[in-house]
Amino acid sequence: MVLAELTGSASAIGYGLAAIGPGIGVGIIFASYIQSTARQPESARITQQWVWIGFAVVEALALFGIAFGFVFSSNTPG
Amino acid sequence: MVSSTAVGFLASDFPPDVGEFFTPALFGADGWLTKFTLFLWIGTALIIVFFLVAYRSPKLVPSKSQWMAESVYGFARDGIATPMIGHDGVKFAPYFATLFSFILLTNLWAIIPLVQISPNSHIAFPVILALISYFLFIVVGVRKHGFFKWLKITVVPSAPWYILPLVIPIEFFSSLIVRPITLSVRLFANMFAGHMILLVFTLGGFALFGAQTFLLKPVGILSWVMAIALTFLEALVILLQAYVFVVLTASYISGALAEEH
Repeated sequence: MVLAELTGSASAIGYGLAAIGPGIGVGIIFASYIQSTARQPESARITQQWVWIGFAVVEALALFGIAFGFVFSSNTPG
Repeated sequence: MVSSTAVGFLASDFPPDVGEFFTPALFGADGWLTKFTLFLWIGTALIIVFFLVAYRSPKLVPSKSQWMAESVYGFARDGIATPMIGHDGVKFAPYFATLFSFILLTNLWAIIPLVQISPNSHIAFPVILALISYFLFIVVGVRKHGFFKWLKITVVPSAPWYILPLVIPIEFFSSLIVRPITLSVRLFANMFAGHMILLVFTLGGFALFGAQTFLLKPVGILSWVMAIALTFLEALVILLQAYVFVVLTASYISGALAEEH
């Protein structure tokens, strides 16, 4: 007897799990930026580019999740 | 009134898959001309023509197009190159300005109506851009320090000697192998995911609108509204990714040029 059945790709669930870490990371980055500019508004210009670099580096992990979901799936054409 | 067959056809395309990124060939016996090739060329031509026209007769009091071209270059020089690299950064500013406008314009095809696909959503284009930046920061570093000193700066961090056997492989892996991969995958995956999200909401709208249940039709319209809202979010991502690509290139170059610490 089948109690519950799931069709489709389990990689959607996998990607959801994979996005937790980068989600927390990006949150911490912007939280720290807001906090630092609230404490020291004149530092906003100096830290801004490091915010974007840090954001891009952390975000890359989530994007790897998207890319590899398709790379390792069996029905990729070509 | 949208005919029901068209709705059914588009709804049958839901959920979208990787096949959406292999657009039908436009021209040529073996189909070498696709939407990607065409809009890459048009984008490149637009940039070249724009900068040539804007600088054909530069004036002290700039015209509107000259002002726009100067703002792009000024942004690359005073917003990215000088703050990140320092005084030496000025000579990289032309490359940054070119890279920024090229990535921005090729990304922008993702949200321009009737085109709505970016060449950068195929990994081949970001890979070439990332490789150019990769070789640039290696060559610049080797020319400044000489090969062995450059290697020492790049892979040997200032750490106690007993931790070095652990740290050197990590540094080597992260700065010489992972950098070009993340640089290209970041741009590619952003454009890929952005296109996929827009497709999900647009085609999902058709699937819901064409559904048998009457109650689902308003949800389909809501889905199209979401698609329009996400297009604006995509515009933000496009600008951000062009900026991030250039800033990361600048940061790698400044790391290669840095004095030994």
